[in-house]
Amino acid sequence: MSEFASGTLTAKNIHLSFGSNHVLRGIDLHVEKGTTASVIGPSGSGKSTLLRVMNRLIEPDQGDILLDGRSVLKDNPDELRRRIGMVFQQFNLFPHKTVAENISLALRKLRGMSKEQARDEALAQLDLVGLKHKADSRPANLSGGQQQRVAIARALAMKPEVMFFDEATSALDPELVKGVLALMTDLAKGGMTMVVVTHEMGFSRNVSDVVTFMDAGVVVESGPPEQLFTNPQTERLQGFLSDVL
Amino acid sequence: MDILNQLAESFFDWEAIGEVLPKMFAVGLPNTIVLAVVSGIIGTALGMLLALMGISRNAAARWVARIYTDILRGLPPVLTILVIGFGFGPIIRELTGSTSPYPMAIAALSLMSGAYIGEIFRSGIQSVDKGQLEATRALGFSYGSSMRLVVVPQGIRRVLPALVNQFIALIKESSLVFMLGLLATEREIFQIGKDAAANSGNLSPYVAAAIFYLALTIPLTHFVNWIDARMRSGRPEKKEPDEAAAVVGKGAQA
Repeated sequence: MSEFASGTLTAKNIHLSFGSNHVLRGIDLHVEKGTTASVIGPSGSGKSTLLRVMNRLIEPDQGDILLDGRSVLKDNPDELRRRIGMVFQQFNLFPHKTVAENISLALRKLRGMSKEQARDEALAQLDLVGLKHKADSRPANLSGGQQQRVAIARALAMKPEVMFFDEATSALDPELVKGVLALMTDLAKGGMTMVVVTHEMGFSRNVSDVVTFMDAGVVVESGPPEQLFTNPQTERLQGFLSDVL
Repeated sequence: MDILNQLAESFFDWEAIGEVLPKMFAVGLPNTIVLAVVSGIIGTALGMLLALMGISRNAAARWVARIYTDILRGLPPVLTILVIGFGFGPIIRELTGSTSPYPMAIAALSLMSGAYIGEIFRSGIQSVDKGQLEATRALGFSYGSSMRLVVVPQGIRRVLPALVNQFIALIKESSLVFMLGLLATEREIFQIGKDAAANSGNLSPYVAAAIFYLALTIPLTHFVNWIDARMRSGRPEKKEPDEAAAVVGKGAQA
């Protein structure tokens, strides 16, 4: 039973170069509807870039991206991104707008809701993340954890089929990480399809259905968390885990 | 003491100042304000266009903006006003029959301030964190909408002080249009002062003009400082620590 209209996301043989820098070298990733895939790996391994290619903020040089089995590379990329929510390391809330306006902007302009409708929906989303009382504050007056929860609410308000988290807790003070991870865990359990790029090995191990380890633009290992964390097959993953755990 | 008296007489002849005041209020002040405000508005619109061209992904647009800005910023205002006023004046006369140099004065001031304002806007827009554009696009907005709704408004906000400074400069530069030989009813603060000084052989009308300029520019300068301070500190609102409410939902208990 899912609270969300989730979809299945597949990336096939994704290649991307910036000039002579071959950032993604044939990435395959399959995220079954309602499951959570976490992507781990050292800095610069291409994890964040992979997310941006999968929602076409960056166009891949080669490969295919499928949502519910259908290629989306020929669709209007703006429309694709309305179906995929994204949460950033730096929150990226709009500082010149109130918390409620941060959420209602896209509802009004892209979903065609009236001002009142959009605000009601924004308040409902804020309620889900426990921040309804902050609706009329500016993002700058919120703690990092609260800002990230607003950012999650902003993405969820668009009723996405998939959610991307790009190191969503990396910029947070340690005591604030818990609240955001709890919210992400809720979403995962609620049946949202999620791709989570993370350095939180606890989350990766306990919440995700599939863990993918990337290094230098390739998928080195992928499988159920138990298998990757207790019995890593490759030297590279063994080295990475001994560094971070 | 003679010298001091002489100085006092040539700069602070209250009678001469009193005589020029009615004309300052009735003609000079409104004309200076009209020149500055109208060319400020046109210059802002032109500046926004130049800024958007300057950050455009189209190389030709970037070049046009670059060349325009380099030329208009690189010339002395006096020269720009003369060249545009006298150079294009006859063409306008031919086309419209108007002999007034006033529109030419506004055009010259607008074209000049547009170049400066364009640079102000461009630096403001480019200083907006690129995560803002990325987040807006990730929600499904097009590049154009993202710029219009999120990036440009933030860029403008943070250059408001610089923009007001540019307007102050414009008030001062508007004095240069006297060179175009404005009609009696078109004269602004400086020329009213200059005319009166020439008639009376006394410099006090210039002092009167100076007071008028300062009455316009000093409040604006403090207004700039005020917005600047306010933007730095933001509206006061207490930040609360991320209390227990940080942990929400069922996942928290897991």
